[in-house]
Amino acid sequence: MKEFKGRVVTPGTASATAVVSHGGFNTLASFQKSLQFGDKQAKCGDQNNPDLYGKPLAGVALCLPQTIGSTTGGLVLYCACAMKKQPACMLFANHIDSLAASGAVLAEVWIDDVTMPVIDCLGNEFLDYVKTGMKITVKEDGTVVVD
Amino acid sequence: MSVILTDEQQAILDGSKGSTMAKVMKTLVMFGEAFGAEKMVPVTSKYNHLVTSFGLGVLQPVYDLMNTLIEAGVKSGQKFSADPRPCDPNVPKNFLQNLIFNKFMYNKQDFYENQLQQLGLMDKDAFTCTCYMDEVGNKPKMGDVLSWSESSAVVYANSVLGARCNRNSGIMDIMGSIVGYVPYFGLLTDEGRKATWVIKIETEKKPEAQLLGSAIGMKVMEDVPFVKGLDKWLGTELTDEACTYLKDFGAATASNGAVGLYHIENLTPEAKLQGEKLLADNVREYVIDDAELERVKSNYPIVWKDKNAKPKLCFIGCPHMSLRQLKDWTDRVEASLKKYGNKKVVIPTVFTAAPGVLKEFNKTSYAARLKNAGIVTSYICPLMYMNNPLCAKMPVITSSNKLRTYTTARYYTDDEILVQITKGGNK
Repeated sequence: MKEFKGRVVTPGTASATAVVSHGGFNTLASFQKSLQFGDKQAKCGDQNNPDLYGKPLAGVALCLPQTIGSTTGGLVLYCACAMKKQPACMLFANHIDSLAASGAVLAEVWIDDVTMPVIDCLGNEFLDYVKTGMKITVKEDGTVVVD
Repeated sequence: MSVILTDEQQAILDGSKGSTMAKVMKTLVMFGEAFGAEKMVPVTSKYNHLVTSFGLGVLQPVYDLMNTLIEAGVKSGQKFSADPRPCDPNVPKNFLQNLIFNKFMYNKQDFYENQLQQLGLMDKDAFTCTCYMDEVGNKPKMGDVLSWSESSAVVYANSVLGARCNRNSGIMDIMGSIVGYVPYFGLLTDEGRKATWVIKIETEKKPEAQLLGSAIGMKVMEDVPFVKGLDKWLGTELTDEACTYLKDFGAATASNGAVGLYHIENLTPEAKLQGEKLLADNVREYVIDDAELERVKSNYPIVWKDKNAKPKLCFIGCPHMSLRQLKDWTDRVEASLKKYGNKKVVIPTVFTAAPGVLKEFNKTSYAARLKNAGIVTSYICPLMYMNNPLCAKMPVITSSNKLRTYTTARYYTDDEILVQITKGGNK
């Protein structure tokens, strides 16, 4: 077990299984197919992301360096939240990027019944340590426990 | 909250203009807080640009939010353009594809365009990702503060026009022009515009714009690159040819990575003014030669079921083509058809451009020549066209690295595409 301390972007607690992307997470490419065609598990459709392609994104602890790609990214994340297909939490090794921050903030302000804690600045050591399938617990103060 | 607000901004946040406007302000302030913004600054451009142009039924949460804004009586303080429409009857499609587009996928198109008009759309045809073209008229000035989205437009506005804009997301874009302020951080600041990478171009020939952009985007992600050695190929003036190159180059940096600003030594406005003063401390270096570009290209996954399938469609124009590009391609297609003894292209091919650009193009003699070569022109968004299972299964080729990134379309360089469409498909 190892603990990492990050910065709280949007608050909350979560407990979920880790799914890890070592490259940038392309929000549009990852979610567009599953949102359009009613995939409840929201399997990742980004062919350029070998870590995630085909893996479910809904309800997982998504561990990533940052998001990349189209500026629809924030609204896609917002829609995923509104449609209850969002990750249980998003854990960024780097400082959060503007698109992911938009999605997280839009969901926090405009959707009443959704919680998706977002923690950033967890450091490269976090992404080196965490592996897909590990158990993740997110605490209110931005502490992330990896089992 | 760490963002220091003026009395007027604080009053809006406290509800002086209603609860919906207060939520819009709260959204922007929270967004700024995530980046340590200390203040909000006025949006100064004449127009905004929005990434969301498509009435995709599944994006109901977006339309619900837009309705909330409309019902509250809030409007964009600026008129705006938006990304391209997703459908165009000119673009080849079969009965089933047509049914899926109009009855299922984009069944909210008319509804959403009506929402955009209520919120402040510039013009009923203001749909393009290249709003900064002269023929469209949404071209910000150097130093203008924007609340734009659309990754390819943002990177162009920052880099080629010298405007100041963060990589805003859809929805966040319109919120900036509803309130009239955006949080001051990142690419709005002098510090945020400094380059943290030096890219050395050491190719023996002019690098393909969309391939070079892809290589740089994948390497630097969201950082700011300062590119040396490209002026050897592009010159030191922002000619039509250079701007077209930078349009395609930038789109690839933004979609294959998350670049919002690049500087080209001796060419782009800030690089010309400030030179190496734009370099941050401890910059990293990436050397690109022909072998490196080939390595990047050969690593693109090919997701066609039959990797040797004959292409059924070709898209050129993601981002939308410039007038110059349409003319150049007309000449190139004609010459190549002649070389290979064909009268018309051998793969159905669509060139996409802004409605305003197409209107000007259609006034020239090139338009009839392109049509005679069998090429269709359209204002469509190829990316939106490809986003359904029927089209996704089609072997589509493109010279757009953005289209490659988001769809199953297979990437080829411009020269390779030219041969494919004029000589014969890949068999």
